[in-house]
Amino acid sequence: MNDVQLKNPMYAELDRVIDSYRDAKGPLIQVLHRAQEIFGYLPPEVQQFVSQRMGIPPSKVYGVVTFYNFFRTVPQGKHVINVCLGTACHVKGADRVVEILREELGIGIGQTTEDRQFTLSAVRCLGACGLAPVMMIDEEVYGKLDRAKIKHVLQQYAS
Amino acid sequence: MKEILIRIDGKEVSAPAGSTILEVAKQQGIPIPTLCHLDGLSDIGACRMCIVDVGGKIVTSCTTKIAEGMEVITNSDRLAELRRLNLELIFAERNHVCSMCVSNNHCELQDLACDLGMQHVEVPYAYPRLSLDASHPKFIIDQNRCILCGRCVRVCAEVEGAHVWGIAGRGSEARVITELGIDWGDAEMCTDCGKCVQVCPTGAIVEKGKAAAEMEKHPELVTTLKERREND
Repeated sequence: MNDVQLKNPMYAELDRVIDSYRDAKGPLIQVLHRAQEIFGYLPPEVQQFVSQRMGIPPSKVYGVVTFYNFFRTVPQGKHVINVCLGTACHVKGADRVVEILREELGIGIGQTTEDRQFTLSAVRCLGACGLAPVMMIDEEVYGKLDRAKIKHVLQQYAS
Repeated sequence: MKEILIRIDGKEVSAPAGSTILEVAKQQGIPIPTLCHLDGLSDIGACRMCIVDVGGKIVTSCTTKIAEGMEVITNSDRLAELRRLNLELIFAERNHVCSMCVSNNHCELQDLACDLGMQHVEVPYAYPRLSLDASHPKFIIDQNRCILCGRCVRVCAEVEGAHVWGIAGRGSEARVITELGIDWGDAEMCTDCGKCVQVCPTGAIVEKGKAAAEMEKHPELVTTLKERREND
């Protein structure tokens, strides 16, 4: 690591992040959080870098990364679609929404399209039950979904 | 050091402040079953076998420090039933088949099952499909027989100082792993010391060559020997 990696601006930024947490107590989770923001996910090289720079054994870093659902070890698409599978959406046909998205994008929950445009994941209740069935793309919520609306929304994001 | 007075199984005893219930019980010759505990390693209360009753509350005796006036019961019908169920759950979670195991007859899990009179398992077996890693030149880790006691993790970090072992994932997905979840044989920090083998209570981490199917042959030795003799 180091010399070669630090020429990469992403690693240089992560290096500064780790420095800024030097005196903090138990900063591993915060550092991994920031690392995921920088890289989009946490591949082994990044975990190794964090481990060496922070003096924390790789086994421990890996343990934390795999413990929390929040951390990803595989890359994510440009846009993240969160389909709500909560009670209200379930009653209003959330499974149909998942099915339509599968037909449109060719991926199931937990998968990313080959062009890395979309990642599909599921959540339990977005707090928008009145609009059921709903999904969220990045920070935007879309409700009262049917096939036409889903197609229309996806087109806005396709680039 | 300050002495603390507690009552354990009706008997009044005093012990230094900071002692655990398990330590006091041991000193008093009161047996408490343990599995993840090992003298010389830190305690984490992972296996839940050493549970005791403190004023109606069930706690792990290995991690609970004594307090003034504490009333501890180490054995009761309720405790026996909870320990039995706990043990059954440990058995059901992985694939423990004693008759096929390299640790048969010298296994702490098996001993405990015998001691607690476990003759069958009432909870359904999970039968997970798990991996076996034989990439290390001397040792094997068989996830099928791992009970996640974490002794390997602790001995590697606390005694050997190598920090090779860790636990990844959680719940039923939890696994002992080496470094970043790589094959043990590729773990560069491993010193091959074998301490994890010695402390593993089951047949999960074992030396190679201990099972019939693992006998390794080295026909090249004969070749080398012959060459050397001819050169002499």
